[in-house]
Amino acid sequence: MKNAAEILKPNHTGEFKKNFTGNIPILGIRIISYTVVLLLASVLMYIFANGIKVINWEFLLSAPRNNMTEGGIGPAVFGTLAVIFLMIVITVPLGIFAAVYINEYIKDRWLARIITISINTLAGVPSIVIGLFGLGFFVLFVGKNLDEVFNTGMLLGKPAMLWASATLGVLVLPLIIVTTVEALKSVPDIQRYAAISLGSTRWEMIKTIVLPQARSGILTGIILSISRAAGETAPLLFLGCAFFLPDLPVTYLDLGLFAIPMINPAEQFMYLSYHIFVLTTQSTNPTLTKPLQYGTATVLVFLTLLLNMTAIIYRIKFRKNLEGLRGY
Amino acid sequence: MKDTKIEIKNLSVFFNYVQALNKINLEIQSNKVTSIIGPSGCGKTSLLRTINRMNELIKGFLHKGEVLIDGINIYDKNIDLVKLRKLVGMVFQNSNLFPKSIYENIVFAPTLQGINEKGILDEIVERVCTQAAIWKEIKDKLNSNALNLSAGQQQRLCIARTLAAEPSILLMDEPASALDPISTAKIEELILELKNEYTILLVTHNMQQAARVSDYTAFLYMGQLIEFGRTPKMFTNPINKQTEDYITGRFG
Ligand SMILES: Nc1ncnc2c1ncn2[C@@H]1O[C@H](COP(=O)(O)OP(=O)(O)OP(=O)(O)O)[C@@H](O)[C@H]1O
Ligand SMILES: [Mg+2]
Repeated sequence: MKNAAEILKPNHTGEFKKNFTGNIPILGIRIISYTVVLLLASVLMYIFANGIKVINWEFLLSAPRNNMTEGGIGPAVFGTLAVIFLMIVITVPLGIFAAVYINEYIKDRWLARIITISINTLAGVPSIVIGLFGLGFFVLFVGKNLDEVFNTGMLLGKPAMLWASATLGVLVLPLIIVTTVEALKSVPDIQRYAAISLGSTRWEMIKTIVLPQARSGILTGIILSISRAAGETAPLLFLGCAFFLPDLPVTYLDLGLFAIPMINPAEQFMYLSYHIFVLTTQSTNPTLTKPLQYGTATVLVFLTLLLNMTAIIYRIKFRKNLEGLRGY
Repeated sequence: MKDTKIEIKNLSVFFNYVQALNKINLEIQSNKVTSIIGPSGCGKTSLLRTINRMNELIKGFLHKGEVLIDGINIYDKNIDLVKLRKLVGMVFQNSNLFPKSIYENIVFAPTLQGINEKGILDEIVERVCTQAAIWKEIKDKLNSNALNLSAGQQQRLCIARTLAAEPSILLMDEPASALDPISTAKIEELILELKNEYTILLVTHNMQQAARVSDYTAFLYMGQLIEFGRTPKMFTNPINKQTEDYITGRFG
């Protein structure tokens, strides 16, 4: 019988050979990973180094001036935030309910499978096609018909922020559904049994036990979908994304004594990613706008980075919660 | 005098077409403790779960036969499952507390039942925790996370949480498996005390425990009910050879 010392003692000659050949693939993977990180870092650094010079409050808040060669990106920042805000309001409830339905209610395996396949297919549709769908469906069909029914002239039957948000919503819906389904799946079944056995209805169980436990996972999906939407340009081209707008798409809700400013979803808007495109290719003098291009890109990249970072932190927190739940 | 609370008639249970219970016939007496014993995998948990219809949450579950509570077939189409589960409480084999505070765990069922007054809820919490022999340990940390308790404490808290729903039938799936002798004794005391108001089914792997607390004992083996009868008789003079072997530990 061997004792522990004998087993644990390193066998120098053999071990060396194994370590050496065993390490080659690992080494390759390591080099590739470092290269990727380095590439990302250099791109970010380059944009940042060039962009940081123009970034200040004035740049972030003021409108472009002098044929877009001067001024800031205020309307584009505002437009991006407004579109994404509307998108969240439209899509998140829809996505969460869809995911709850798929994971908690469907008993028929085939139905669930068909729905999942459809969602994955939707996720794979190029964004420009989704944009065209948005134009055809939301603007020309829904908007026009609503105008006719309510007799509002051309209020809704034209490209506008509302339809841009809805279309971006269609674009990110699969992402939200899939991440939410994953988050729901990670809630252990015995938690559901506990709630049901204590006399809750299925919906009470979902509301009080399942959704709260899946919250961080769902939030991760929402944040990722925001950063996805913030980076999109193509689908917005047909949906009211403007080259330049002198006024913010804001309307005032008149309450007699005072008026509350509100996003006007029937207006056109400016968008950060499209603004970069405009500055680089559509401007009268692309060289003059170069600092502005870098500035805008920096803002967009760091917005996305920040969102992704938040998502990662949430995911870590989510995992911790689950570990507590499962006892390991 | 016999007073039948639950009547199980010809009950067979299948999971994905694999039979877990085979033609069980059993009469559970009101205000008595009935223990269910048998080797691992023989279908004890499955049998308990047919009584509050929790099996239906499992994919591939199928059943034949009837379960009557007070003469009413609970597998009838128009049975309200929420009411059924209020009537039949269950303590699970593995503790499944919610990742919420101790207090929130206990008031979960009362709140569902529409009790919102802080005073009444506080009273319920103290009462059920005392009954479940855990009040002293948790009374100063009711707002801390229930999952930070020890395994044995969690098990007792699960019992308290079920009691708070005020069922009249109590299904207990190895409620003392993670407990030290002192807490076990307390839980057994609790079971004996609860007997006055509840009808209790107790799954246990501990023969002494079954002998100590139960009035009737059912021995299950491979999905079959081998023997059922009064506990003293079962433990001193079983009819079936298999029962005798299992009880005396000569099984296998
Ligand atoms: N959720 C399930 N899905 C499929 N089969 C199941 C499920 N639960 C139980 N079974 C099967 O039913 C049979 C009885 O299981 P059950 O859990 O009732 O045993 P048990 O007597 O409670 O065992 P233990 O003492 O180990 O808890 C087993 O063969 C098991 O594989
Ligand atoms: Mg079991």
